[in-house]
Amino acid sequence: MHVTVKLFASFRAGRFDVETADYPDGTTVSDVADRLKLPQNELGIMMINNRHVKLDRMLADGDTVALFPLLGGG
Amino acid sequence: MDKIARIDMGAAGGPKVTVGDLGAYAGLGGRAMTSIVISTEVHPLAHALGAENKLVIAPGMLSGTTGSMTGRLSVGCKSPLTGTIKESNAGGQAAQVLARLGYAAVILEGKPEGDDLYKIYISKDGIQVIVDNSLKLLNNYPVIEKLRGEYGDKVAYMSIGSAGERKLLAASIACTDPELRPTRHCGRGGVGAVMGAKRVKAIILDDAGMKMRPPKDPDKYRDANRAFVEGLRKHPVTGQGLPAYGTNVLTNVLNEAGGYPALNFKSGQFEGVAKICGEAQAELEIKRGGSATHGCHRGCVIQCSGIYNDKDGKYVSKQPEYETVWSHGGHCGIDDLDVIARLDYMDDNIGVDTIEMGVTIGVAMDAGLAAFGDAEAAIRLVEEVGNGTPLGRVLGCGAEITGKVFGVERVPVVKGQALSAYDPRAVQGMGVTYATGTMGADHTSGYAVATNILKIGGDIDPLKTEGQVELSRNLQIATAALDSTGMCLFVAMALMDQPETFQAMFDMLGSFHGTSMTGEDFVALGKKVLSAERDFNTRAGFTKAHDRLPRFFYTEQLAPHNIAFMVKDEELDEVFNW
Ligand code: SF4
Repeated sequence: MHVTVKLFASFRAGRFDVETADYPDGTTVSDVADRLKLPQNELGIMMINNRHVKLDRMLADGDTVALFPLLGGG
Repeated sequence: MDKIARIDMGAAGGPKVTVGDLGAYAGLGGRAMTSIVISTEVHPLAHALGAENKLVIAPGMLSGTTGSMTGRLSVGCKSPLTGTIKESNAGGQAAQVLARLGYAAVILEGKPEGDDLYKIYISKDGIQVIVDNSLKLLNNYPVIEKLRGEYGDKVAYMSIGSAGERKLLAASIACTDPELRPTRHCGRGGVGAVMGAKRVKAIILDDAGMKMRPPKDPDKYRDANRAFVEGLRKHPVTGQGLPAYGTNVLTNVLNEAGGYPALNFKSGQFEGVAKICGEAQAELEIKRGGSATHGCHRGCVIQCSGIYNDKDGKYVSKQPEYETVWSHGGHCGIDDLDVIARLDYMDDNIGVDTIEMGVTIGVAMDAGLAAFGDAEAAIRLVEEVGNGTPLGRVLGCGAEITGKVFGVERVPVVKGQALSAYDPRAVQGMGVTYATGTMGADHTSGYAVATNILKIGGDIDPLKTEGQVELSRNLQIATAALDSTGMCLFVAMALMDQPETFQAMFDMLGSFHGTSMTGEDFVALGKKVLSAERDFNTRAGFTKAHDRLPRFFYTEQLAPHNIAFMVKDEELDEVFNW
């Protein structure tokens, strides 16, 4: 299935800003992080299609996953 | 900090300075000091620009010490923008210097006859109030340049630009940063107009010959500060994210979450974010020889600020904050960082709140004064404010006035003050704070975004109403206390996740004053401050009907979540029921 992954802040270094790629059925957010060598303890904010999700959330074809480290400001 | 200076600007025969002890205000600092003084001493129905109003300038409880992050200044008054009580908070050097000079507060009172303009020089030898009409209608950068010729570079300056002198309701008070740029503003609520009404153009703070304030228990204070700094360095937000990208790192987060208010709150996403996000901004700043990591005052270990240069490497402005990039950017349909940085400079120079000014330009665009996305027009409109034209005066009085003058229905304000860069429909917790805050819409007064969107200090669904009232209540209480310490609010990002860092801050407060401070004491302080503020507002005529968002947030659905603001009125009325 096709999944678009968007990375932000320090996650972009040595990777990409946005990439659409093929992922096997049953892929979870956690699997995406592993494939991109993103340490799970650094994952702060995870969204699929603009909604917050947790690591074990399963992806569907056409999903957009956004991964951020823990961030703040205001 | 064992004295309070009162400067009666309207005294017969010229301004009169009285320095007295703290009396009933002993132990207060920052927002606790400003709000309790205003609530106690200012008639709630006073005209905000009249002689009855007071402008209270107070360093935080720990300002002027060796403790890190302690350099935040509170300025309080009755707000001419909202009619409520107001505390406006800024970094820069002023708080540290004022605290070392021994003043827990400097209170400007009264109002002079005639149109002489004054500057106030505060040093170890006392306080001088001096007529200086050569400063008339100068903006902040030229004022500071001129004053530096006279007072040098080893002092801190506070000043108002032309907007403050003209008593525009969005006028700010500028504080200089360590490099003496007037970039750190008590922005919100028109505090600059109150200073202008008192005809005070600038305050020069000179702590030559003064020392750091000594803690009662120096060893414990040093250790607590060390643990506190370690905690800030260790947390990914205060140790990495904020230093590397600044607050504007939030642009992508809010846009992804569908809570980035675009084109005057018509959509929760803006197509131009990639060009104005914090990642792009930091890269550009570094490439152009500016900086993406800079402290607004000495002693800040987070250093969320930066320096924005043009393509030739020449200084344009300090790094525009997330809310500024939003208000002048996505809110106005502008996706050009150079334009946004220029507007940031213009706002700082003229002396207006970047949030109120940007939101106002977007409202003016909605009124048809310019097209969304027209950068030249945005610059022209802000120039009108600087020139004091009739149109500029309308715009410089903020979004509500501008909306009324031009017949706009969608005006994002609560109690007359503009909302900022978080749509309350996609961040319902933020809506609770906007609606019920004592200062009008103010994201900093109970930053529910942390838990709703950033997942700091817990996890509450931003699109649901459950838990939002309690969250906003707890955040408003903690913030009122934190704003009293002199600590930068951004320490909260680490405190909310790390109890041991919270404890280190309590230990700093306790060991400094030779007492002990617990979590309960901290909560009690926050409640005391909020109660004083609510009490003032009630006496000023504010009721629960004012604790509401504008109707369009209830009636218009926001894309992409197609959601309205859903927290019920009865629930909003529970925020201060503790
Ligand atoms: S974190 Fe940012 S706003 Fe806070 S004191 Fe440091 S530079 Fe100033």
